[in-house]
Amino acid sequence: MSDTTHEYAYLDNGDGTQVLPEVLEAMLPYFTESYGNPASLHQLGLAAEEALDEARESLATSLGCAASELVFTSSATESNNLALAGLRAVNPDKKHLIISPIEHSSVRNLAKHWAKKGFLELTELEVDDEGRVNPESLKQALRPDTLAVSIIHGNNEIGTIQDIETLGAICREAEVPLHIDAAQTLGKIPLNLHELPVDLASFNAHKLHGPKGVGALYIRKRVKIRRQFEGGPQEGNVRPGTENVPAIVGFAKAAEIAVRDMDKVTAHVNDLTQKLADGLMAIPHVRLNGPAINSSERLPGNLNLTFKYIEGEAILMSLNYQGVYVSSGSACSSRALTPSHVLTSIGLLHEEAHGSIRFTLSRLNTEADVTKAIEVTKAAVERLRAMTAFIPEEHSERESEHATTFYKKKND
Amino acid sequence: MAIKYSQKVIEEFTNPENVGEIEGADAVATEGSPACGDMITYNMIIDPETHIINDVKFRSYGCASNIATASVATKIAKGRTIEEIKKLTPKAVTEELDGLPAVKIHCSVLAINGLKAAIREWEKKQGLRKDGDDAEALDKETILRELRNVIHPETGISIVKMNMVRTIEVDDGKIFVELLMGETDEMFYENIEEETREHLEGLPGAFDATIKLNDKPITKGL
Ligand SMILES: Cc1ncc(COP(=O)(O)O)c(C=O)c1O
Repeated sequence: MSDTTHEYAYLDNGDGTQVLPEVLEAMLPYFTESYGNPASLHQLGLAAEEALDEARESLATSLGCAASELVFTSSATESNNLALAGLRAVNPDKKHLIISPIEHSSVRNLAKHWAKKGFLELTELEVDDEGRVNPESLKQALRPDTLAVSIIHGNNEIGTIQDIETLGAICREAEVPLHIDAAQTLGKIPLNLHELPVDLASFNAHKLHGPKGVGALYIRKRVKIRRQFEGGPQEGNVRPGTENVPAIVGFAKAAEIAVRDMDKVTAHVNDLTQKLADGLMAIPHVRLNGPAINSSERLPGNLNLTFKYIEGEAILMSLNYQGVYVSSGSACSSRALTPSHVLTSIGLLHEEAHGSIRFTLSRLNTEADVTKAIEVTKAAVERLRAMTAFIPEEHSERESEHATTFYKKKND
Repeated sequence: MAIKYSQKVIEEFTNPENVGEIEGADAVATEGSPACGDMITYNMIIDPETHIINDVKFRSYGCASNIATASVATKIAKGRTIEEIKKLTPKAVTEELDGLPAVKIHCSVLAINGLKAAIREWEKKQGLRKDGDDAEALDKETILRELRNVIHPETGISIVKMNMVRTIEVDDGKIFVELLMGETDEMFYENIEEETREHLEGLPGAFDATIKLNDKPITKGL
């Protein structure tokens, strides 16, 4: 899809993407020509304000909502925080929050922080072994004092796409607002916010070939939230501060292109992901984490694998020094390396979570990237396994023991 | 967080030395566990007369710096006496590697402690150390010494040095430890608790550790 060839293969598009030339081009005039502040009264201010209005209209079209329902922010992290804290500020008597156990840290850490401080009670829903939220657990969790339900639409690690129609319908019935973190789904799967039972939704631009540091929050008409810091009247009084006009223009453009090219890009990305999966899963003792690839329940281009008996950072670094860029399921930040909560939530043992690698493909990847990634990964896995201190027999024992207790606990 | 390794770490990681095991090794010891995500197994040949480590090899399950530190540790140990190695600190490894990122300092602790564990194994076999020796010594001092091996992931400094250890109680193998956490440590709670537990429950004679993390100053100090 692109004739850009690199010395490296970038397979970490779930973390960030290359800005498309078309997007960059759309942004440039707002740095150097129409650089006015959209709040200024003169001609240059007006030009910036018009660009802002157009971008909002355009993004609203891409999302299937009204422009007046969109607020621009600095990131999906900010949108997530604004959605939940903004709701809490206008509903001080609601003392209960529901999230999935596989949220992004920007929702998870906020919720945990609130629970720890005693501001509210937190319920984490059940997910199955591929990360699907159990609707029954949602029905049981809802209470009259539930502030909101917050669910990650497309999971950034294992790619699980939630059945928002079903989950949202349950929230509607209980009259509890549903917020979705859709940072990974915008531009990847069709989205029509007005047809979804969703009250708030968070997005950002840098997952879809737009710039970093810009996001948006969808706030359904008549849903009330309060701004989280004080300042000017920008963004409908919900998000003070001068808007990042070039980034917002780039965001809208990137979303427009992603929606325009979705079918073509999905076909291309699915094809490459299949080839990558075929190549990598031919390696012995590899486990696929999350739903079947190229199914409607998984983000296109997301491949999360556990390479048993070795550790993810070592795999990542081996690939890194060979020019293949990916991410791993755990951050080795301490002796007691904290495994990804997403992977342990779907039933992986710590040691399986530690050995996981995420490959995320985009429209800009090529067959050559896939070939290189397979080759380099195979060699790295072989090398690391040859020197591992891990004893597979002991692992099998832990595995069967864990399988019994994990699923027993779930079924109780 | 992107990780920037020194050129030396990259070299040791890509071309580690002394990998494998030794047939008929005099001592074998494993430090760490798969659940924690890092583990080193050392094999050693030690001369009973001179106490010189004539050969040492390792196997590693862990991150790039786990492999690099183990490789360097074997190079340091080879040809040295066990008395010399027992005096080493993790610094010996980090210096050899031109430093490690703060979040990886714990790897150097594991690499050095693994060597010491293998030496203890050998001493036991030689009758220089009895099984009971360690259990009797499970007191506040031993615990404090062990806690020096728990490294704060952000600073790369031991929690003891950071003055986080506020209470230590020990009763019949049951340990109670209270740690004072900083205002901004919230994201490390799980990490630090797990790491502390792993270290304490690994102490000879210890069979249970209760760890309390507090973010409010505790009046009672050590
Ligand atoms: C699902 C999800 N939510 C939130 C975020 C945070 O986005 P941002 O980096 O824009 O704050 C990300 C990306 O890192 C994500 O994948």
